[in-house]
Amino acid sequence: MDLFRAHVLVCAGTGCSSSGSLELIKRFEEQIESSGLDKEVKVIRTGCFGLCEAGPVVIVYPEGTFYSRIRLEDVDEIVAEHLLKGRIVQHLVYKEKADDEEDHVTLEEIDFYRTQKRLALRNCGVIDPENIDEAIAFDGYMALAKALNEMTREEVIDEVLKSGLRGRGGGGFPTGLKWKFTYNSVSDQKYVACNADEGDPGAFMDRSILEGDPHALIEAMAIAGYAIGATEGYVYVRAEYPIAVKRLEIAIEQAHEYGLLGKGIMGTDFNFDLFIRLGAGAFVCGEETALMASIDGRRGEPRPRPPFPAVKGLFDKPTMLNNVETYANIPQIILKGADWFSSIGTEKSTGTKVFALGGKINNTGLVEVPMGTPLREIIYQIGGGIPNGKKFKAVQTGGPSGGCIPADLLDVSIEYDTLIEIGSMMGSGGMIVMDEDNCMVDIARFFLDFTVDESCGKCAPCRIGTKRMLEILERIVEGKGEEDDIDKLETLARNIKETALCGLGQTAPNPVLSTLRYFRDEYEAHIKEKRCPAHHCQKLLNYEITDKCRGCTACAKVCPVHAITGSVKEIHKIDILTCIKCGACMEKCRFGAIVKN
Amino acid sequence: MSNHNEDHEKYEKLAEVMQAHKEQKGALMPVLQEAQGIFGCVPMDVQKIIAEGMGVTLSEVYGVATFYSQFSLEPKGEFVCGVCMGTACYVKGAQKVLDKLCEELTINVGQTTEDRRFTIQGTRCLGACGLAPVMMINDDVYGRLTPDEIPTIIAKYKVS
Repeated sequence: MDLFRAHVLVCAGTGCSSSGSLELIKRFEEQIESSGLDKEVKVIRTGCFGLCEAGPVVIVYPEGTFYSRIRLEDVDEIVAEHLLKGRIVQHLVYKEKADDEEDHVTLEEIDFYRTQKRLALRNCGVIDPENIDEAIAFDGYMALAKALNEMTREEVIDEVLKSGLRGRGGGGFPTGLKWKFTYNSVSDQKYVACNADEGDPGAFMDRSILEGDPHALIEAMAIAGYAIGATEGYVYVRAEYPIAVKRLEIAIEQAHEYGLLGKGIMGTDFNFDLFIRLGAGAFVCGEETALMASIDGRRGEPRPRPPFPAVKGLFDKPTMLNNVETYANIPQIILKGADWFSSIGTEKSTGTKVFALGGKINNTGLVEVPMGTPLREIIYQIGGGIPNGKKFKAVQTGGPSGGCIPADLLDVSIEYDTLIEIGSMMGSGGMIVMDEDNCMVDIARFFLDFTVDESCGKCAPCRIGTKRMLEILERIVEGKGEEDDIDKLETLARNIKETALCGLGQTAPNPVLSTLRYFRDEYEAHIKEKRCPAHHCQKLLNYEITDKCRGCTACAKVCPVHAITGSVKEIHKIDILTCIKCGACMEKCRFGAIVKN
Repeated sequence: MSNHNEDHEKYEKLAEVMQAHKEQKGALMPVLQEAQGIFGCVPMDVQKIIAEGMGVTLSEVYGVATFYSQFSLEPKGEFVCGVCMGTACYVKGAQKVLDKLCEELTINVGQTTEDRRFTIQGTRCLGACGLAPVMMINDDVYGRLTPDEIPTIIAKYKVS
């Protein structure tokens, strides 16, 4: 193997690829070759580094210099200065704040990474996901070797049970128990399955693991197959994740070549094969029985349980289904032991959790922290707070099944049970931050709109009930809310929670219930005063021209309904009755003279 | 005549796909996905052929094809513009971007322009939340968008 004196790591996750990182890789390779450095410097395409906000991201080792928002023309400078002359290009190095005097050079020194603990993401942004040798160099398939050669099937299951690992897909069911139940089922054929149908809007941790460390998933599923007695595994991936699918395909092929999948793995009598199935855009397929129906080629509709998948799952055989992040923890639990894993996190929520930070926050991206970390630390220390000097209003966790957490609960530590107590849930790990400009009634409407669209229609409470809730919410944000609307919402929510068939329906009212719990005053302002406190709901706004107006007539020209009158160089006026509240005038005004009330 | 030949080729390809998946468990979804890749959509006559070839009822094929949002029964425009309507994009103003796009192309979400060049979709989370709000036109990604950038972007595709 050639030895290189420097390595250039370029993030090729979906976020950075979308802002041109693949062209950067090509440019680096060309420039390095034309500078005659191709025997000394190697370019590596890696998975997601996590700090998507700073993308496209480039890291140069051995120094570990962290370059951010790199453009094509910056590549030439990095090659000419850093790689050729050994001088770090300071103006391209990541800065935590715009007025930062210090030069933070390496990843570990940055606030965003300092308190993180990367277990599930440990190889993301470190190895080339399309090269199995790199995975193996970072302990890949060591746990599988240990399980197959040194552990009985029962010992593997015991280790997972003892680790306290709980399902990272949202529900938080003890993973070891699931393994044990499926192990106990007697059948001629069993299956392991992986839920990679990451449908929660704003959550992309599973995709990043598939893109950055696909071998961890293959290894974990093989270990699971050995433990429960399955010889086939299915990975159900969203079709919207083309890069993840491609890397997983490559990884499966390489694992076959190395004898890590297929017949007689590592010289034992254990056979295991892995297949990919693509989803086709149905959120409900994240529900386990719906997912299995979909793999079976049918409509992805859930069915009542029992029988649970551990008894009757995929193709009517016992099946064990876990999500990607859950699996990603398995190899290290086997390798380092349950005690090591359960020493991280809290008593009832062990290990770490990956969150996708997004919305109104400075450092959007993927973060992995020990369970029990307070929300405040994630949002203010790692996330860097709220941009543009705005005030924090709420953080949404758990996607369409979760809820909004207000500012006075930010010191709550993140655990499965504490989040449920405060009316939200862990979910798959989306964490969307909202500021004072976001209307909480409209956010509730947004999520209900999502569930109504994604409801499979099998059971009436979800199909009809969520639609009725959406209609009420639409009425409220349009200023047509009625006095008893809040009561109606609460009654409907309760009924749907108690009677819907599957998890999707049962949790669909949560966004409404949690916003009603913490932001009831906003609902009341919309209904009683026909006012949106966040100045977001267009129909409830009144546009006014202040005395900053210079009389340039730009607003009058752009108004589609001619509601603005006034002569040149005189303060203009908006006729409230004619105004359709489109906001075009405000966008056009160069003097900030138009305000909404 | 060339059109006819092209069609013929597509149907032959579909037959090959069905043959390749014949022994596979739960093959209907992968076959529909590949059929959509070949034809651009899965209209009724394609569904009929799949039903016959796979030995399932047409109602079953239709049931699956209409259940999943990825399958389209009608052809889409040459450029499919999808504005991400995930939560992160929504709180950062994706609705305004989508509204502007509809205004620019004078069609509504889910519709295709009369010249069959543009289709507008509100898509599910693309997972590029760091770039919110995000729009995709076929495989091109546009991030950190504001509504006033839309006309310039669309103009590029109109001339091409």
